[in-house]
Amino acid sequence: MKGLVTSSLVNGLLLGLVVFALFPLLWMLSVSLMAPGEASVTPPPLLPAHASVNNYLELFATRGLGRYLANSVLIATLATLASLAFNVAAGYAFAKLRFPGRDRIFRFLLGALVIPGQVAMVPLFLLLKQLGLVNSYAGVLVPALASIFGIFLVRQYALSIPDELLEAARIDGASEFRIFGAIVLPALKPIIVTLAVFTLLGTWNDFMWPLIVLADQDLYTLPVALAALSREHVQDDELMMAGSVVTILPVLIVFLSLQRYYMQGLLTGSVKG
Amino acid sequence: MRSEPAAWWFVGPALLVIGIFFLLPVLTALALSLSDFDIYALADWRNLRLVGLRNYAELLASALFWRALGNTLYFVVLGVPLSIAVSLGTALLLHSRVARFKPFFRTALFAPVVTTLVASAVVWRYLFNTRYGWLNYALGGIGISPIDWLGDPHWAMPAIIVFAVWKNFGYNMIILLAGLQAIPTDLYEAARIDGASIWRQLRHVTLPMLSPILLMVGIMTVAGYFQLFAEPYVMTQGGPLQSTVSVLYLMYEEGFKWWNLGTASAVAFVLFLVIFGVTTVQLRWMRTGSSV
Repeated sequence: MKGLVTSSLVNGLLLGLVVFALFPLLWMLSVSLMAPGEASVTPPPLLPAHASVNNYLELFATRGLGRYLANSVLIATLATLASLAFNVAAGYAFAKLRFPGRDRIFRFLLGALVIPGQVAMVPLFLLLKQLGLVNSYAGVLVPALASIFGIFLVRQYALSIPDELLEAARIDGASEFRIFGAIVLPALKPIIVTLAVFTLLGTWNDFMWPLIVLADQDLYTLPVALAALSREHVQDDELMMAGSVVTILPVLIVFLSLQRYYMQGLLTGSVKG
Repeated sequence: MRSEPAAWWFVGPALLVIGIFFLLPVLTALALSLSDFDIYALADWRNLRLVGLRNYAELLASALFWRALGNTLYFVVLGVPLSIAVSLGTALLLHSRVARFKPFFRTALFAPVVTTLVASAVVWRYLFNTRYGWLNYALGGIGISPIDWLGDPHWAMPAIIVFAVWKNFGYNMIILLAGLQAIPTDLYEAARIDGASIWRQLRHVTLPMLSPILLMVGIMTVAGYFQLFAEPYVMTQGGPLQSTVSVLYLMYEEGFKWWNLGTASAVAFVLFLVIFGVTTVQLRWMRTGSSV
């Protein structure tokens, strides 16, 4: 009897928390399918009287949402590829290759993690202005190219590659680049997926830097465009909910399909403390 | 020690990028914060003058700066413990042996973390709506009269804190859950044999075993919460009556609305120093705590 009470209490509380976590998202989806003005009544309606995708059509047809979606997809994809190119090689080298100053440089990088990224934003803006990269895709991408966190993530994982494997390949006369391509990359596959998911989600959701560096509306990413739209259309709940769905749904799908890799990265990244 | 010269081909590009686009700007920020870099200097660098610590002195004399720092501290001091408490409570529930459908619960509870901050802030702005929002409707059900969440200077920051807790608790929940799973079960066995109640097990086994992770989570969350920006930008635009202007919001407005880039750099550095100071205190706390 006591077990039954505990069990209902625990599961009841969990269910309550799930409602807290999911209600805003489900409500967003529901309102996005409502007619204009339908959500602005008391009591607030839970479901649309006649579900329609008109809000989405309007966003894509007249508010340029397709353009912003394309910008976000392009920037997040390029950032992910760049981050893999820079961080996987560096993370592996910090774990397995010997070079002078290796451990000192790595400790220095870890120390630099304490500096909030926003400290660099003003000078970075000026630097990009000099390079003519303000208000361009490249300008948004620059801070995402290589990251200390990404290097750390790959390094922790690469430590588990057996040295004997690499030594054997070296004795066989394989070059470091061949070893990297033939042995290291396949062994690092799980952490490469993890890093890719992290970068993809991080770049997609990023707001402050694209807000600063993009002036031209045609280059806006979804979050920047949504923030601008929501300042103009404070009353258009239904339209804004549809915009939020378009922004959130892609990352939610990526997360749900690659959840295992994401959680692994989250836990690796947090043991550094 | 033998070394592989090829190693530089692997680390070189990443170090170069981090050096040019992160470390160099950080050092430049320090120099900029000692200059009067403004819209005239932006047009022509020859208008740039070094002014020593004047930007800092002006900040310390500015009411808005203290307001922003106070608002940010309010957000951190209230938001971080609340966030971690919800994370810990949820992790304990999920860890419970009687909890059902664990993978589903875990994923559903984590979902807000991966949502785009700007988009979910837009959603919550409507949930907080005074007349049509669900929150006031639900509170009305238990007899609480409508609160002007985002329009009342006393309620705007608490509203943002509620939103931040919703958005973030899943992150620490996962880390704490992993910590709970790492506690050896025989400790609980021993406690049960001694007749310890659930609460005593929690106080004398779980929390002490979890304390290093809790402190680490605390340090990361504090640093993250000090960087409050998008929430007020989307939900309140710093208002009402500047009650939600955060330090970073101030930096953004100074730098990229008024183009006072010298002042903005000084604001950024003050934020860095505050975060650094608080983190150092927490780390010292951790060391003395673990030696007891």
